[in-house]
Amino acid sequence: MKISMTVNGKEVAREVEDRRLLVDYLRQDLGLTGTHVGCDTSQCGACVVHVDGEPVKACTMLAADAEGAQVKTIEGMAGKDGTLHAIQAAFQEHHGLQCGFCTPGMIMSAAALLKENPKPNEHEIREYLDGNICRCTGYHNIVKAIMAASGQPVAIAAE
Amino acid sequence: MPKDSVIGTSTKRREDKRFITGRGQYTDDIVLKDQTYAAFARSDVAHGKIVSIDTSAAEAMPGVLAVFTGEDFAEVGGNPAGWLIHSRDGTPMTEPKRPVLAHGKVRHVGDAYAAVIAETAEQARDAAEAIDATIEELPAIVDLRQAASDTSNRVHDEVASNVCFDWGWIEDNRAAVDEAIKGAPHVTTLELRNNRLSPNPIEPRCSIGDFNPGTEDYTLYTTSQNPHLTRLLVCAFVMGIPENKLRVVAPDVGGGFGSKIYHYGEEALVLAAAKRIGRPVKWTCSRSEAFLTDAHGRDHVTKIELATDFDGNFIAVRTETFANLGAYLSNFATATPTFLHGTLMAGNYTVPNVYVNVKGVFTNTVPVDAYRGAGRPEATFSLERVIDKCARELGIDPIEIRRKNYIKPHQFPYTTPVALEYDTGDYDAVMDRLEAIADLSGFERRLNDSASRGKLRGLGISSYIEACGIAPSNLVGALGGRVGLYDAATVRVNATGTISVMVGAHSHGQSHETTFPQIVADRLGIDESKIEIVHGDTAKIPFGMGTYGSRSLAVCGSAVVRATEKIIAKAKLIAGHMMEAGDAEVDFEDGVFSVRGTNKNVPFGDVALKAYIPHDFPLDRIEPGLEETAFYDPANFTYPSGCYACEVEVDPGTGKVEVMSFAAADDFGNVINPMVVEGQVHGGIAQGIGQALMENAVYDENGQLLSASYMDYTMPRAYDVPMFKVDHSANTPCTHNPLGVKGCGEAGAIGSPPALVNAVIDALQRAGRSSVTHIDMPLTPSRVWDAIHNS
Ligand code: FES
Ligand code: FES
Repeated sequence: MKISMTVNGKEVAREVEDRRLLVDYLRQDLGLTGTHVGCDTSQCGACVVHVDGEPVKACTMLAADAEGAQVKTIEGMAGKDGTLHAIQAAFQEHHGLQCGFCTPGMIMSAAALLKENPKPNEHEIREYLDGNICRCTGYHNIVKAIMAASGQPVAIAAE
Repeated sequence: MPKDSVIGTSTKRREDKRFITGRGQYTDDIVLKDQTYAAFARSDVAHGKIVSIDTSAAEAMPGVLAVFTGEDFAEVGGNPAGWLIHSRDGTPMTEPKRPVLAHGKVRHVGDAYAAVIAETAEQARDAAEAIDATIEELPAIVDLRQAASDTSNRVHDEVASNVCFDWGWIEDNRAAVDEAIKGAPHVTTLELRNNRLSPNPIEPRCSIGDFNPGTEDYTLYTTSQNPHLTRLLVCAFVMGIPENKLRVVAPDVGGGFGSKIYHYGEEALVLAAAKRIGRPVKWTCSRSEAFLTDAHGRDHVTKIELATDFDGNFIAVRTETFANLGAYLSNFATATPTFLHGTLMAGNYTVPNVYVNVKGVFTNTVPVDAYRGAGRPEATFSLERVIDKCARELGIDPIEIRRKNYIKPHQFPYTTPVALEYDTGDYDAVMDRLEAIADLSGFERRLNDSASRGKLRGLGISSYIEACGIAPSNLVGALGGRVGLYDAATVRVNATGTISVMVGAHSHGQSHETTFPQIVADRLGIDESKIEIVHGDTAKIPFGMGTYGSRSLAVCGSAVVRATEKIIAKAKLIAGHMMEAGDAEVDFEDGVFSVRGTNKNVPFGDVALKAYIPHDFPLDRIEPGLEETAFYDPANFTYPSGCYACEVEVDPGTGKVEVMSFAAADDFGNVINPMVVEGQVHGGIAQGIGQALMENAVYDENGQLLSASYMDYTMPRAYDVPMFKVDHSANTPCTHNPLGVKGCGEAGAIGSPPALVNAVIDALQRAGRSSVTHIDMPLTPSRVWDAIHNS
């Protein structure tokens, strides 16, 4: 079947199999390999993208179901001139990533959180990241980065 | 050294830019022209005899290009164990063949017995399912102790028993230790299980094989922590490819934690398949497959005894451990429960008598190998738990009993009864730091606060020491290692003054691209941004033993220093020539060469350029170019140590444990980049909390893995862990490497499980559950609830 959608501001149309997952469509058909696959049970969140502004695990959605949607991936987060999104910059500034594999999903989830709740506290950040697993960082610096990106002080009591 | 040293500076990571913008290049992101896909047919029984495999239906399916079975690899070699272990009686272990695809028998659920290559991944998977194998199921060998005593049902028919080795360390100590324990005033005994874990880097394994029939060159792109070792194993042991005909590329790798050290059969398969069909072949592991096939970690059953006098002075330690090896010997599997475990059993303490016995046992489970910490977490857990129990029995404060037995600074270098020579350390100073950052004096107040909310609070302490920088070839050779464990680096100064550094270490989260330039910049006095690290490609780097065992900086970083020193020596020759002085008169400081006692000087950049424009070189004395390689083989392991404190709240109604605070004071020697070091500790502690509270790889009695997805295997999430307090200010630089560094990658995962379990036991004891002296990990709500209510 033929599907069309807007991905990172660009109209794209492709012929796909009915069973094509959105994540495979993005990675393999469009070559947008920033969105990752870390599991097959919809648990890890490495694949989070935005569909019509909402965070979605791209491994659990059929490409065909995104027909006509506005899709944003990690590749679309920085400005056209390369200016990093505040969350991207904060992840670098606060060492919120090590191997980088969970990072695109983390950043996309964090962006969705801050849209919903612009000044989350530590507890709210941790609860919101329920669907994103990071094996490297112990989450400490991810929490700090998200605090910083939301314009809040990052000197958290524990340090 | 330049005045503003870049060593010790939290330089931001240069690798981040590509990762935060989605431009990383992991193996599965690579698409080769005409790429095909592999899928595997895997055993769904734990133990069985392969009667027949009918591939005809699969071969006829759409898109299928080739089908392989174990028969295709019957003539090639097996994937070897890297360490030869001798049993107590002197006999060498028997090493059963680990084939590319199972042949004759399947030995664990997930053991691959056939593979399909097809045009698309879906077609390959569909066809793999159509392979019709008749497998006669045999009784599964799962329970460790039972496996050890049962000689009639064996994982490997050609090995006389399921016990691969029965190792004593040190066998000559045995009698004295037995004697000391028999006569000791007090003996504390503890039986425990170190739970089996699945490493779970978030990037699943992936391999792409490519073959060029014109040149007969192979290329393997693979998720590896050590591309050169993979090349060596594939070439020399498994496939017989000349080493100069295989290039192994490990591009961006999404975490490893040990599980990507090893060579796996899938790598050999994609290479063989690429050659047969003349097109590239890719295999991408699913998470479900990863649970069934990535090497697991830990899985020890241990009895430990600690003998003391009534004042808590340690007299002897004796352990007996059954270590699960799984169905085949993975590359480090025999070293992990032995030399990386038994040699650490004296901990940070002066304990005159130590004897360790480890029986390595085959079972019908996926191979077990090194996972973050590798043997050292198991040693630390046993020791730090039994010390805690002993302190309680003797009524001594847990910090006091540790301090009482610490090796003191004046005793270094200190040779332990289990054959390591610790070069340096100051454990009391590290404990002082811990007491400060953990605010231990405020514990009573927090205890009361928890009580007012109906929660049981506990405080747990642990110390650890580890042997890192897994290297010294002389030592590992003496201990049975079949490879040398040095590392290598090439520093190439380009004509325009930029520098490429080719390193044998592989960065998959460790931040080498940022921290290694700091070392070179420090030595050369030039800007870090002019220095670029090249790693992960056997065609580009001189050689390397890879990244594991917290070895990258201590071993490969030292090779970088040595190569940089050679660069300076050569550059001095050139600078001397330029300034018409002998090189002995040339000084080098802050990036400038000068002739002593004169005002003559030339900057580094001019010397670099001159090296490549040698119009007037005295060629008998100075070669053109400025590039140097060094291999570094250290004199000893490095010995990071630390003290950890954990506070928990236990909900008596549900048994749920909440980690309220976690503090880690570590001695890593000199620190190059504090931000990176802290990040490593955070990640290690989270994995340790995972092991202590939630993670558990469980097989049922039929050898089915019950925890085979993220639905059943509980990974620590953001809300399971607190913010961490870390400190590395009480450091004693390593005495034998040029950087004075010790390694920090595994510490967090080693020191944290005992601190956490000690904290939970403390909470329960304070609540009057005096009979609860141990709970096996993971401390799930049901286990803790059970301990509270059935004690
Ligand atoms: S890939 Fe793991 S949740 Fe989508
Ligand atoms: S940075 Fe490696 S999984 Fe999060």
